[in-house]
Amino acid sequence: MLGKTAGGLYWMFRLLERCENTARLVEAGFRIALTRSNDPASEWKSVVTTAGARSNYDAKYDTYEAAYVVDFLLRDPANLSSVLSAVEKARTNARMVRTALTTEVWEAVNEGWMGLKQTLKSPVKETDLPAVLGEIRRHSALVRGALHGTMLRNDIFDFTQMGIALERADNTARIIDVKYYTLLPSASFVGSALDNVQWETILRSVSAHRSFRWLNDENMTPASVADFLILDPRFPRSLSFCSRILEESLGFLAKDYGTRLTCHDMISAQRDRLRGHTIATVFDEGLHQFITAFIDDINAIGQQIEKDYRFIG
Amino acid sequence: MDLERRHFDEMLLGSDGVRAPYAEYQKWFANEDPTRLSKKSKEAEAFFRRTGITFNVYGQAEAQERLIPFDLIPRIIANREWTKLSKGIKQRVVAINAFLHDIYHRQEILRAGIVPTELISRNEAFLPQMIGITPPGKVYTHIVGTDLVRTGEDDFYVLEDNARTPSGVSYMLENRETMLHMFPELFSQIKVQRVSDYPKNLRRSLAACAPQGCAGKPTVAILTPGIHNSAYFEHSFLADQMGVELVEGHDLMVVDGHIAMRTTRGYKNIDVLYRRVDDEYLDPLNFNPDSMLGVPGIMDVYRAGNITIANAPGTGIADDKAIYSYMPDIIEFYTGEKAILKNVETWRCSEPDSLAYVLEHLAELVVKEVHGSGGYGMLVGPAASKKELSSFAAKLRRNPGNYIAQPTLSLSTVPIFAKKGLAPRHVDLRPFALVSPEGIDIAPGGLTRVALKAGSLVVNSSQGGGTKDTWVLED
Repeated sequence: MLGKTAGGLYWMFRLLERCENTARLVEAGFRIALTRSNDPASEWKSVVTTAGARSNYDAKYDTYEAAYVVDFLLRDPANLSSVLSAVEKARTNARMVRTALTTEVWEAVNEGWMGLKQTLKSPVKETDLPAVLGEIRRHSALVRGALHGTMLRNDIFDFTQMGIALERADNTARIIDVKYYTLLPSASFVGSALDNVQWETILRSVSAHRSFRWLNDENMTPASVADFLILDPRFPRSLSFCSRILEESLGFLAKDYGTRLTCHDMISAQRDRLRGHTIATVFDEGLHQFITAFIDDINAIGQQIEKDYRFIG
Repeated sequence: MDLERRHFDEMLLGSDGVRAPYAEYQKWFANEDPTRLSKKSKEAEAFFRRTGITFNVYGQAEAQERLIPFDLIPRIIANREWTKLSKGIKQRVVAINAFLHDIYHRQEILRAGIVPTELISRNEAFLPQMIGITPPGKVYTHIVGTDLVRTGEDDFYVLEDNARTPSGVSYMLENRETMLHMFPELFSQIKVQRVSDYPKNLRRSLAACAPQGCAGKPTVAILTPGIHNSAYFEHSFLADQMGVELVEGHDLMVVDGHIAMRTTRGYKNIDVLYRRVDDEYLDPLNFNPDSMLGVPGIMDVYRAGNITIANAPGTGIADDKAIYSYMPDIIEFYTGEKAILKNVETWRCSEPDSLAYVLEHLAELVVKEVHGSGGYGMLVGPAASKKELSSFAAKLRRNPGNYIAQPTLSLSTVPIFAKKGLAPRHVDLRPFALVSPEGIDIAPGGLTRVALKAGSLVVNSSQGGGTKDTWVLED
């Protein structure tokens, strides 16, 4: 496979994952702003921060109003991570790597792009927002479904999985980090009674409110939520799960190509570090420190993959 | 009505009759419900859009990806007609390859005084870098798309030879797929020759042209300028159908005297490069130094005989519209036979007498740039306003050598499926010939382009033309 093709596949799926995550983030923000009216601006601010769009946003707007934030995250062409920009770029990548995709995957990407371009042509009205967010999430889900249902499990598939796992890990990690800070700035609060609505928002923003409840009844402590999001091996957006997928996909590639590269050593080391932790040791280390280190690790692995598999010349 | 009767219609005869090749189709069509056909027509458009069969139009930022309108009435050619056409195309392709070899070697045809020397020596399309190089298998034009037009029952003319990088073959294939999908019953009633083998044949033909030193199964790749190129869909479609890599310049580099592509497992040699990048962008070291699309040093690898470039650099000289006017002589010179397919009468504006004639009859003629393509920069005299004529005349006087002129041919028509039923529209035909040491293979039919505006003679997709499925009947 061409190195460029591997890069195209990886980024295509990273970007589609990003769209879905952004939609979920906006949805959670919207919900909390509706149900808790005392300080919606700080809520929207944390949404923008989690989306990694603070500096761009602040350059354009002075206040955190729902309409501005939603427009910036969903439609703004100046925001390179806005859903519209990402869907457009994902589709461009798909065109570039079209020979590596099944017809089903290509058509899912292309049709979704046609639809979303239309949907996001003008500012989204508040009444339309739920439907629009639904469409964005469906787009990513359709492409992923077509991928799982029709693609050969070869190196092409491995690169798509790595893109998804990396983006997801990064997203979940940032949600934990931002929320943890906002909610509990002082270490003395760790372990104290919880603001349920806030934690509920976190869980919603990774589509975990259901699964968490299945596992934990009403026992919503910061430790149990953090444990779930960081270490639970069953939850498909937990840091542990994502890093396992990454290790697996890289493992398949190493076997397929018969070569172990630097990125393989890095993911093994990262997996070992994660395995050594319980949620208690995470809190001992400091959640913020732990998450920051995780994000750095994941990004470094991402960059090493690009190098090892020659995404660019 | 008067206007319509002046043109030869390939389907409908004067009073209710149809020409023989259309007889079976007409029977089917007469029993069809027009509402169903309208629906099918819309379905086809949605299908093209969904599968991304689009082309990019230069200079239109907004509607960047456009569809080529597809018309569901097929263009039908009898087997007997096709046999003659394909014989004529083969003859021409053989002559063009012999001409190219000669022009870049001994130049016998210039010495014999058949083609004037200055037409070659001062021609931008002539590549001095190719002098003395013999491409693997002596093939220069691996893929040729000869443009044909028809004016009567037995009158076919070659309009252009397209020996450089003819495009459109993906539409030939997709149009057939679409028809099969929409009207499967038609194809069980009427026996139409298959075109679906084209990608397989293309790959085999290209592989057969691999350099002599190539051991094992040759690695073929398509070189595209990238996703913004107008024909990108076709590049990726063909790569997909052939099962070869689609590469861009930045994927390639010279490694140990070979052209190699950067893969996830390291660099891998390429033996045959089907390039859809123009000569001048092919190699920044040997041609345009600003090109980002090519591969630095590829011409040196080519000279060393370590890669096949399809089509060979420098073939554009055979595409030149001034050279075109000598084609009948060129064919006779190399094959010893009279040309089977007719040339359109052509005035070379570089010659003072011709220029005078052209200026005097501008309103009746079609004037084209010598190196132009895609319908850009041409004048259709009968359709032009007084103002357009006079400004074109000024351009012509300023640089006469840049133009040739031809009579406005009364192109044949084939009906399209319009809102108010069948309506005649002008068409042309681009068959695709594959050339290798194993022989010349022509896909039955080719791409029919159709001018969608009533009376218009311009069929180019970049100028709003559409396409039709083209049938060559069996037996």
